[in-house]
Amino acid sequence: MTTVSSASPGLPGTGRPDGNRLFGPLPDVSGDAGYEPDHPARVGFFTDTSVCIGCKACEVACKEWNTLPMDDANGTRDQMALSGMSYDNTGMLGANSWRHVAFVEQVRTVDLPMPAVGLPGRSPGTGDVHAHDRVMADDAPRAAQTSVLNAQSLSEFDPQTGQSGDREIRWLMSSDVCKHCTHAACLDVCPTGALFRTEFGTVVVQGDICNGCGYCVPACPYGVIDQRKDDGRVFKCTMCYDRLTDGLQPACATACPTQSIQFGDLDELHARADARLATLQGQGVQTARLYGRDENDGVGGDGAFFLLLDEPEVYGLPPDPVVTTRDLPSMWKHAAAGAAMVVGVVLTAFVGRRP
Amino acid sequence: MAECHPVGFQWVMEAKARGAKVIHIDPRFTRTSAVSDVHVPIRVGTDIAFLGGIINHVLSNDLDFREYVVAYTNAAAIVGEDFVDTEDLDGLFSGFDPETGHYDEASWQFESQVGSGETGHTDRPGDGVDQDDPAGAQEQERLAQDESVKEADPHQAFGSGGPPLHAKPLRDETLQHPRCVFQVLKRHFARYTPEIVADICGVEPEVFLEVATAVTENSGRERTTAWVYSVGWTHHTVGAQYIRTAAILQSLLGNMGRPGGGILALRGHASIQGSTDVPTLFNLLPGYLPMPHALQHQSLDDYCAENSGAIGFWGNMRAYTVSLLKSWWGDAATAENDYCFGYIPKITGDHSSYRTIADMVAGKVPGYFLVGENPAVGHANGRMQRFGLANLDWLVVRDLQMIESASFWKTAPEIETGELVTEEIGTEVFYMPAATHAEKEGTFTNTQRLLQWRHQAVQPPGDCRSDLWFYFHLGRILREKLAGSTDPRDRPLLDLTWDYPTHGEQVEPSAEAVLREINGVGPDGRALSGYMDMKDDGSTTGGCWIYSGVYADEVNQADRRRPGREQDYVAAEWGWAWPYNRRTLYNRASADPAGKPWSERKKYVWWDEAAGRWTGDDVPDFEATKRPDHVPPPGAKAQAGIGGADPFIMQGDGKAWLFAPKGLADGPMPTHYEPAESPVENALYGVQANPGIEEIQAPYNRGNPPTSDVYPYVFTTYRLTEHHTAGAMSRTLPYLSELQPEFFVEVSPALATERGLDNGGWATLISARSAIEARVLVTERMRPLRLKGGRVVHQIGIPYHWGAEGLSTGDSANDLMGVVMDPNVHIQEFKVATCDIRPGRRPRGAALPEYVEGFRRRAGVRSGTMPIGGRVAVEETP
Repeated sequence: MTTVSSASPGLPGTGRPDGNRLFGPLPDVSGDAGYEPDHPARVGFFTDTSVCIGCKACEVACKEWNTLPMDDANGTRDQMALSGMSYDNTGMLGANSWRHVAFVEQVRTVDLPMPAVGLPGRSPGTGDVHAHDRVMADDAPRAAQTSVLNAQSLSEFDPQTGQSGDREIRWLMSSDVCKHCTHAACLDVCPTGALFRTEFGTVVVQGDICNGCGYCVPACPYGVIDQRKDDGRVFKCTMCYDRLTDGLQPACATACPTQSIQFGDLDELHARADARLATLQGQGVQTARLYGRDENDGVGGDGAFFLLLDEPEVYGLPPDPVVTTRDLPSMWKHAAAGAAMVVGVVLTAFVGRRP
Repeated sequence: MAECHPVGFQWVMEAKARGAKVIHIDPRFTRTSAVSDVHVPIRVGTDIAFLGGIINHVLSNDLDFREYVVAYTNAAAIVGEDFVDTEDLDGLFSGFDPETGHYDEASWQFESQVGSGETGHTDRPGDGVDQDDPAGAQEQERLAQDESVKEADPHQAFGSGGPPLHAKPLRDETLQHPRCVFQVLKRHFARYTPEIVADICGVEPEVFLEVATAVTENSGRERTTAWVYSVGWTHHTVGAQYIRTAAILQSLLGNMGRPGGGILALRGHASIQGSTDVPTLFNLLPGYLPMPHALQHQSLDDYCAENSGAIGFWGNMRAYTVSLLKSWWGDAATAENDYCFGYIPKITGDHSSYRTIADMVAGKVPGYFLVGENPAVGHANGRMQRFGLANLDWLVVRDLQMIESASFWKTAPEIETGELVTEEIGTEVFYMPAATHAEKEGTFTNTQRLLQWRHQAVQPPGDCRSDLWFYFHLGRILREKLAGSTDPRDRPLLDLTWDYPTHGEQVEPSAEAVLREINGVGPDGRALSGYMDMKDDGSTTGGCWIYSGVYADEVNQADRRRPGREQDYVAAEWGWAWPYNRRTLYNRASADPAGKPWSERKKYVWWDEAAGRWTGDDVPDFEATKRPDHVPPPGAKAQAGIGGADPFIMQGDGKAWLFAPKGLADGPMPTHYEPAESPVENALYGVQANPGIEEIQAPYNRGNPPTSDVYPYVFTTYRLTEHHTAGAMSRTLPYLSELQPEFFVEVSPALATERGLDNGGWATLISARSAIEARVLVTERMRPLRLKGGRVVHQIGIPYHWGAEGLSTGDSANDLMGVVMDPNVHIQEFKVATCDIRPGRRPRGAALPEYVEGFRRRAGVRSGTMPIGGRVAVEETP
């Protein structure tokens, strides 16, 4: 019988010189959590925001499958109100919104390239198209499609700006979700084992075990996991654990019409994302970047990672997330040292006492 | 498209991934603009000026696909000497009668070969008509000029066929003759320069030229360009001419009947294409056969006379009609009784939706069936709609949810204002809950004319039932009640073939049996393989001739689901497309006149000399063995009259019509008119708006005067991804309601400053019809446009989903709209009108109509005060 740890690989351990396995690369998160070596490959989401059309099908599919209640932009259950923030009336990820599409309206006086899209994992112009696509096959200028400014007509001619004449508008859309971190602080701090690492490498809350202590809420570096006010327990994306165990894809990825949300084995998604990024950068979209892809980042890389067209902060994402339990070992050491010192001081006090 | 058709938009994204350039022309910056290569903001209602500018660009710079244009369009036809263009009549074509607002088409005709004299011979109505039944056809043409016939817009009823041409026009293949269509068109659009486009549309010349260049460079032998529009394009007083302008451009560039080309209409609902094919329109029978008119068509011979001698596939109209009558009345339909032609109700004029609503307001309509639509929210002038519903005796509503059009007697804003009083409304409302698409079987016909079969997934809950169930059992009960009647007026109902097999607990009729009936059956009792098998001798049946073949070989062809990866890109074995499973219409045009593909890259359908037949990736939209060099013998009728190099086989001349000598109520060529309500004057002509415009003069339908300072802003309405049309299918669902929870309007920061509007705050919008309130979303995505002389025009964007029912409620945008209509198709102009916008909420109760009346008074508009109960007649003269 395998013992599956409900916590992140922690102290003290093997592999790392300092014995801390709470951060840094971790090739086999499920194995590390105690699953047998034949566990399924780690899965994840690659959310390519450059092809997101903001339809919110992911939000609806998620709520529908997971039977989540409504809420307003402030997370108040069964409430509705216009947020006044572009077309975003969900506001943020929360206990009742496990997918959230951000709408970012930008007006700038510089070039804001919007990329041409490419099929995942396929760079344009490689000829890697179906044989029957004769009509399209010799469409060679694909690779040369560098002029991809959207709304370029707004530049130079905008009567609102008159002489300044170089304003453009860009509307960024991006579907956010729980990152299913390699090093998940929520899981590390959970005292009941309600949060656990699945055999797919994802992080899931078990609603029947959660006691509502809420430790995980401040622990999450992304501000994802959230308590239901009227209930106390925490909720977040499960990457449709129930669907995965039945061999189905998560509801959001199934519903996405433009393949902005791609689900699959994380290794494969990494390769696709790298190719897509190369394509975009080849098209001159220098602001494109991957977020959560780097296993050397503060959380050891994310199970759900993104292709962004601007700084993470623009989308409301932390620029440099760090697993909040990273320094736990040294904190404990310092705490132990402190405790020892207190004991020492006390002892000294006693020692210094007259007999 | 990303806003309203996000699932279909995935193919645009895929095309973009393969290198397509996506240009989005829209007054607003939408989700579509966000992922397009270029977004072109345009003043709403000026599309003919924009497209006309591109046409001028093509013609002035010789960028047309000349071989295609000469061979496949009517560019070479010579227009008669009597024709006078709008350029010479300051906005009117010759033949306009200012009293009736109708055109006489006589002066638009071509010089025909029949007269063959020096000066040619003009195909006036009655001249040069077919030889078989000249008297009958002449009489039909004479009656076609009657006002009541014109009001019933027979032009729309020509459907895909277009009106028949009875004589071959004189042609100048060099396109140099000053009166050839090519030259007429060139002169007509000559003033549509980039500068004029800028003055009218607010699109800068540089941007315009970028679009024009992109479109023309991507057209020709090697490349094709497609135009995609949504039905908002038709919601204008010049809506039919918008589509015409795109059609002219696409024909000039050789983008019709070829892969990657065409003009694609995105419909607002899942099977709107189907509901015009097997129609719900007052002036059409199935397959675009015209509804007979009481004055014109007393017998089957009268009805078919105009088309019986025509060239093209409409020449077989009698076979389609007789098969339809045999489908409906079976053995009762015989040659002796004109196949029961007399059973079909005849129309007497305009019975379109808005005209009928006006009659309802006047108390002239006792009962009404309302199926799958919510006019109290979704139609123009919501007040007019509700006044109409409140003045019926009875109303049947079938819908998935309780809608405002069924609950108007308690939820209408007019209850609060006191204009309607619940206790005094006499309308008895019968609400019948309907089954959803997952709860019933049948076909959807999409915009590609593709019929796709849907199976029932679950039983409908409670009393919800399919439309098929409802009408079948309604008919059954009516027939049972009438059984034994000797009254001849009951015969049409009693003689109907009404014997569909039923199944299940709910006694659901078989949708497959209905589909088979639509397909038609031959004398051998087997399903027809297509409309070519239809006969006019009563030996065949067929409920909709264009659908014939959907049940070929006794197989439900619409139910085919061979995956795309197992087929070529045409995917001919997925579903079934009318006609004859052709995926691209008029695809003979994908080959040159000699039958060879225009280019290897755009190869689609071609002539196989060895096999002696047409072949290719698609089903050829041409007679399979008609040689490309075939010249029809003199006097040949129907399809036999179509030459081997005439791809547009439904037209009488087999050509694409750059110039339409017949069939349009507002001119043979599109021309720019301002919308009925516009803040500016027509920069091109003295005629401000479409001279053929249809109006309803009544207190509930006052118009904002053009260029009025009282209503200074342009607004347009639209849909959001999160909601569906009038909201019954989305405002009732929590997960969709919360995504767009409140009614809002979108304004630019400049307008917000000008009017003191705050983001998230309230605003009141006022037109001559009503005043509504909404939250304000201030966004740079709404852009003021600079027109002629630096005049800045502000546009307000208003999603129209809201009403009083459901989880998310709000005022209805369409309450602001008036009813003015396109003369061709009676479609209302409700994508553009004018209004004022003020910060804060609107007055309540009786103060609201007074507030609106105050604006009318200031604008010099007649009083719009309605009597309690809302019953008023339409005013005779404005």
